[in-house]
Amino acid sequence: MPNMDPKKCPMPVQDPDVRNKNFKEVALGYTYEMAVNEAKRCLNCKNKPCVSGCPVNIDIPAFIAKVADEDMEGAYAVLSASSALPAVCGRVCPQENQCEGKCVRGIKTESVGIGRLERFVADWHREHSTEKPAMPVSNGHRVAVIGSGPSGLTAAGDLAKLGYKVTVYEALHTAGGVLVYGIPEFRLPKDIVRQEIDGLKELGVDIETNVVIGKTITIDELFEMGNEAVFIGSGAGLPRFMGIPGESLKGVYSANEFLTRINLMKAYREGAKTPIQHARNVAVVGGGNVAMDAARCAKRLGAENVYIVYRRSMNELPARKEEVEHAVEEGIIFKTLSNPVEVLGDADGSVCGMRCVEMELGEPDASGRRRPVVKEGSEFVLEVDCMVMSIGTSPNPLIRSTTPGLETNSHGCIITNGDDGLTTRNAVYAGGDAVTGAATVILAMGAGKHAAKAIDEYIKSKDNA
Amino acid sequence: MYKILEKTPLNPTVTKMVIEAPLVAKKAEPGQFIIFRASEDGERVPLTIADYDRKAGTVTIIFQIVGGATMELNALNAGDSLVDFVGPLGTPSKLEGLKKVAVVGGGVGCAIAYPTAKKLHELGAEVHSVVGFRNKDLVLLEKEFEAVSAQVVKMSDDGSWGEKGLVTNALETLINAGNQYDEVIAIGPLVMMKFVCQLTKKYGIKTTVSMNPIMIDGTGMCGGCRLTVGGKTKFACVDGPDFDGHEVDFDEAMHRGTMYRDFEAHAREAECELLKKEVE
Repeated sequence: MPNMDPKKCPMPVQDPDVRNKNFKEVALGYTYEMAVNEAKRCLNCKNKPCVSGCPVNIDIPAFIAKVADEDMEGAYAVLSASSALPAVCGRVCPQENQCEGKCVRGIKTESVGIGRLERFVADWHREHSTEKPAMPVSNGHRVAVIGSGPSGLTAAGDLAKLGYKVTVYEALHTAGGVLVYGIPEFRLPKDIVRQEIDGLKELGVDIETNVVIGKTITIDELFEMGNEAVFIGSGAGLPRFMGIPGESLKGVYSANEFLTRINLMKAYREGAKTPIQHARNVAVVGGGNVAMDAARCAKRLGAENVYIVYRRSMNELPARKEEVEHAVEEGIIFKTLSNPVEVLGDADGSVCGMRCVEMELGEPDASGRRRPVVKEGSEFVLEVDCMVMSIGTSPNPLIRSTTPGLETNSHGCIITNGDDGLTTRNAVYAGGDAVTGAATVILAMGAGKHAAKAIDEYIKSKDNA
Repeated sequence: MYKILEKTPLNPTVTKMVIEAPLVAKKAEPGQFIIFRASEDGERVPLTIADYDRKAGTVTIIFQIVGGATMELNALNAGDSLVDFVGPLGTPSKLEGLKKVAVVGGGVGCAIAYPTAKKLHELGAEVHSVVGFRNKDLVLLEKEFEAVSAQVVKMSDDGSWGEKGLVTNALETLINAGNQYDEVIAIGPLVMMKFVCQLTKKYGIKTTVSMNPIMIDGTGMCGGCRLTVGGKTKFACVDGPDFDGHEVDFDEAMHRGTMYRDFEAHAREAECELLKKEVE
């Protein structure tokens, strides 16, 4: 008999006033009983709309049915057939727009907590399973993957399962891409990322850190080394600045720098060797998930006042609803319909304020969003000693500038031939933010999955020719 | 892991290390840099490549012991390894086609100025080197500069080595003596490069400087190393570190360089304490 509770079983979380002072995970996860109970809310419907909402098409009703039957390892087997990183996705996917957005139960009541269940199963497996995955049988072919973020790791995992010898090249000293330098510990514990990556290594995937493709090795050399195909998953890591006066003052960070210092270099820890400014009043400019992450990090570093400064209204914030709610609970102040026009500095060259203007929403623009227009005579000064610019990123030009024949569009994004990710270079595939510009973890994973399939078909067709 | 094959103190505060890093050695060019981390909890720190041997697969770095991270690096010995050593990063120096060049090096900047002078010499340029140090105890690479330069002018702040005075005085004397340089290349402390640029601007001589801002990743993903050059924001790690010195906003760069001064002072003390304990 299904559980007909109209509401999702709530997930225990740390109290807002406690968690805004530590970097421990905010959401604590379901208990065994909660998971089984929530799993029973799934109606196991025939047409499975949830599956179509998942970019990697996990067989959702099948894994949830196993949870309801208390067969957690069976549930994990279903998950891992489609997803390389379930513990990550269960935590950071915007489920409300994906699987859960399509759940039949969500039409009249609350949808099934698919993300929470995915997370529970992946965590349960990690804590209980002692069995190593079986090493796939080698097919004798080599493929190189550039970048160890979500798209690269997914492509690597899928190709390894098919028997390819895969080497992943990563520019930083730790694998994981945005999962290690961008998303903070309190949303995604780094131990979990590391263990998911260890799982890929057990499938035979080699990960070479400290290799900058385009500088240390070029794509052409990857082919000379015996790779038959290359997947580019180098992301969109180039930060944008606003171009307003004062942006080079001390205390102005890009969100990438601020978050890299905190997450990758652990600058928040007592005795850390990488420094970070501990400011009293921080303004984060922007309204996406990255802005929420930066603001919540600033609060945890001890700032008294943390402002989100966004030029549209609360309704247009591009960040996940849950992240905005968490930020509000933790005391982040939202200065919406405001836009900075100048950063003010003191004699020492440090930030001491931010001159802003108020905005109002005008007619919808080409993207369908109402365009913010400056309100005449509305200038005001916000007193801050640190500013974090979180207004977006674009793909890094390093690879395209060193790879002849690899075409990119006017935004610097790699041009691909539709879904399979084939670029303008033979046997070179690309996916994730390098192709789309800054998007989501799960879309990058979906792109990695499609490209892995296309690479497999390409190499097999070459074999048969 | 990247093994330290040789370690040589060049003066009381500057050390040379030869590191086993074949992939970096294969691609390295003068003007490029690497980023190292000495240990698992260490900081990422950029250092310019001082030399490389493609055949042996080695890269030479020369560093001044100034703070926590360089003290930690200097505590390692031949046979030990660094956890991370990534590169070559940045854009190589453009040295082709130059006929007569003044290379100006200040302090540990001479370690970077030397490979530039050497490469120019190999390309057939007439190199005049102007090298300056605080005093004779800090002198670096004296013989090496002599071997690749048509002329070496030696300067020290206190007159204990070469002539007493600043490198800018020496450079102005060379220019006034009728030397017509295609380019001046200045590498050293920001304040030195700033004054070299002020001088050469007066004479209309093109001047290239090697900038050394704070960096984290060194691959263009954070903008921590940004500078204002010709009114535009540039990332030193990808667009540089070489820039047209007459376009660089040095005052801003000097301000940005002091961002973590207090933190650095603490880190230095902490590392000293640690080293003291190890000695005991």
